[in-house]
Amino acid sequence: MTTTFEPELRVVPSAPPRVRDLAREWLLTRDHKRIGILYFVATSLALALGGTFALLLRIEHLTPGPTIVSPATYDRLFTLHGVTMVWLFLIPSIPTAFGNYLVPLQIGAREVAFPRLNLLSFWIYVFGAAFVLCAMGLGGLDTGWTFYVPYSSSSPSAVVPTLVGIFIVGWSTILTGVNFIVTIHTMRARSVSWMRLPLFTWAIYGTSIIQVLATPVLGLSLLIVMLDHAFSWGLFDAARGGDPVLYQHLFWFYSHPAVYIMILPAMGVVSEVVSTFAHKNPHSYRAIVYATLGIAFVGFLTWGHHMFVAGMSVFDAGAFGVLSMLVAVFSAIKVFTWLSTLRNGSIMLKTPLLYVFAFLFLFVFGGMSGVAVATMSLDVHWHDTYFVVAHFHFIMVGGALTAWLAALHYWFPKVTGRLYSERVGMLAAALVSVGFFATFFPQFLLGNAGMPRRYYAYPPEFTALNVASTLGSWLLASGLLLALFGLAHAFLFGPPSGDNPWRSRCFEWRTASPPPAHDFEQVPSFELDAYDYTTPWPEEPPLESSAEEPS
Amino acid sequence: MYELLRRLFFLPRAATELARAIDALHFVVIGSTLLGSLAIAAAAVWLITRYRSDVVRPTPHQSARASREWLLALGVVSAFLAAWVVGYKQFLRFHEPAPNAFTVYVTAKQWMWKFTYPDGRSTTDILTVPEDQPLELVMTSRDVIHSFYLPGFRAKQDVLPGRYVTLSLGAARAGSYRISCAEYCGISHYAMSGELRVLPAREFQAWLEAGSPDHDSSLVELGRTASARHGCFSCHTDDGQTHVGPTWSGLFGSEVLLADGTRVLADAAYLTRSMMDPQAEIVAGFQPVMPTYLGSLPQPEAAAIVEYIRSLRRAEREPNPTLPTVQVAPPDAGAARSPAP
Repeated sequence: MTTTFEPELRVVPSAPPRVRDLAREWLLTRDHKRIGILYFVATSLALALGGTFALLLRIEHLTPGPTIVSPATYDRLFTLHGVTMVWLFLIPSIPTAFGNYLVPLQIGAREVAFPRLNLLSFWIYVFGAAFVLCAMGLGGLDTGWTFYVPYSSSSPSAVVPTLVGIFIVGWSTILTGVNFIVTIHTMRARSVSWMRLPLFTWAIYGTSIIQVLATPVLGLSLLIVMLDHAFSWGLFDAARGGDPVLYQHLFWFYSHPAVYIMILPAMGVVSEVVSTFAHKNPHSYRAIVYATLGIAFVGFLTWGHHMFVAGMSVFDAGAFGVLSMLVAVFSAIKVFTWLSTLRNGSIMLKTPLLYVFAFLFLFVFGGMSGVAVATMSLDVHWHDTYFVVAHFHFIMVGGALTAWLAALHYWFPKVTGRLYSERVGMLAAALVSVGFFATFFPQFLLGNAGMPRRYYAYPPEFTALNVASTLGSWLLASGLLLALFGLAHAFLFGPPSGDNPWRSRCFEWRTASPPPAHDFEQVPSFELDAYDYTTPWPEEPPLESSAEEPS
Repeated sequence: MYELLRRLFFLPRAATELARAIDALHFVVIGSTLLGSLAIAAAAVWLITRYRSDVVRPTPHQSARASREWLLALGVVSAFLAAWVVGYKQFLRFHEPAPNAFTVYVTAKQWMWKFTYPDGRSTTDILTVPEDQPLELVMTSRDVIHSFYLPGFRAKQDVLPGRYVTLSLGAARAGSYRISCAEYCGISHYAMSGELRVLPAREFQAWLEAGSPDHDSSLVELGRTASARHGCFSCHTDDGQTHVGPTWSGLFGSEVLLADGTRVLADAAYLTRSMMDPQAEIVAGFQPVMPTYLGSLPQPEAAAIVEYIRSLRRAEREPNPTLPTVQVAPPDAGAARSPAP
């Protein structure tokens, strides 16, 4: 598909070439489903890119000394990896791709509130992402994705262009968030009241609030770094009365809630998948909703736990430690709710549920290691070591990426109308989970042993654990490739799935798969609850009584 | 048992009592993390096998009982808070001033650690300290943010430009411990490492004597001359008399009443702050007239002046003042005078 298109939007040429027509139909679409798919393609490319950087970094660590790249290249690679994964993949991935596709379907709307803004937000994302990648590819940037001053304000690398790019991407995030908030408030079908909203939509709602409130703070602090760097204003420069720790406060005021921008939608996916494949109502719906909103709120009060050793007062540090524990409580409620939902269910074990199983283990492990790093004396040892690297990869890869894969398989029939191969899907899920664990578990131990992060070379006694981690990364990559292959094959040759292969009651399954251009031939009444599995579908085979199951 | 767990968790040999205590908490917290996640996974496996079904059956509507969630939340939060309370107490110990500490001034720069000792000598990347004496580091950076990391002590502290931070480390066992920079600071970040050598008292004494011939003035002596050169004595005295500014005699280790009513401990970090940013903490009863010495007073001289002020603490207070609780002497109260009956 070529990307050429012309600015005259509504003028239909008399005999247009087919390719150009198709390009215009897709690239200038205002259909939320197509924008979702466009986002999916773009963010997946970012994932592939970020993953490639990660593999290179792991290869570099195969030996204690230099392996394949120079120290300068290594520093640029981990910066590229972080920036690409955080801003170009993890933050937008689930809300923009799946959120755009599914939120209108889940609330019985035919569109988002601002379809043109939605398209604009996509192109801002593409432009910003291209800007960031060009700046970093051509100019090089070696500050790490955190841009800590005063290193970043004195670094001769491409700090300003990269920050401009991230600033641009931030606009896309804000516009998407506003769009979802307005859509969910104003466009719900008549009978879809707040407490009947599907849980994925609730998760997107919570996420959007964080996006709208936190992203401007990031924009402002990056702007100040740019001014500092370009005009030597010295706002964060201690020699001129500035305070470098202030930057860290501002940065983490955004970047800690950003973790919940990544994990809340993932939790939304898990809630949907668990309920659908257990064919049972979530236990309890309200607990999940309140926990979602609770995380969105408390997430704003915990940023200081990134700075226990940064020179904060011990009182502040203690307060942030306690507040951080609260997030874990909300997460624990969700985990127990999901488990409890499985109980007495009628469980269909398919690939998405397998990913959710992996999610449960990895997220609980990663989350509890988060409680461990909020336990302050332990964090003093772990801060800025591989322990922290392992901890947040358990949440972001073990949590968010695993849920993204679950979502991909779960809604694949919804989007394409085809079935993927369960055998390939499950094998890929197993490879991804095992590979992930093999990659990141050794990094916990590396952190314990005292290996700081962002080290190009390391003392030889860390070699064995590093090699184990690198081998794991290859397993993880092959699992992802296999999953990609399975889905690509199914996209082209998969058997038709029917409208509702999982027998889900959720609102988005109450239309054809793939949905017609305007989502619903006729907007259903949604009288039956999104999680009401107490009665059989009219077209389902009659209830089979199985003697060994207590009802 | 401790040794076995320590090796199982790949932790380096613990240098101090505090490090061992932190490790004990580590085993409890990470042990329950492992058990907790395995239990959740096992429960999920059991539930999936138990309720797996080839045909989709209608399931009963499970209504939520709110009491359960609250009970769960309460249980989880109290377990977490218990870990936090223990952890916070340990955390505070890194920031409590130790009496009789062996104090070393640390200056970080890309990409080396410079250590300045009380007797005036300085070394690069290798820090030698005596066994069985608490160690206190007063640190600053000359360029970007670094982080002084001692895995063997389970200790870490970011080192900031334009700010002095202290890190209290307990008395360590003899041995050699790795020093790393933990905060990314540029291209040679990974190479900014050093070694902390903790020597038994006698060996340390030998090391002190072996190193001393090449300089004849101690840090205290340097501090006195530097104070004179920078004009400190036009406002401060070292004999206990109040002048334009507070006297230095007996100042170190005392509790100082500030103009805004708060009390601070006059430790190395406070004294350094008072030189670099004098307007921030005005002592009660004095005018805010002191200029900043930021930029004009080099770090080694600042360290020397602090060391000089420290040497004055024993001048009139025998025996050692115990810190930081009792001896509060507001400058206007004249607490030192004898009570006239």
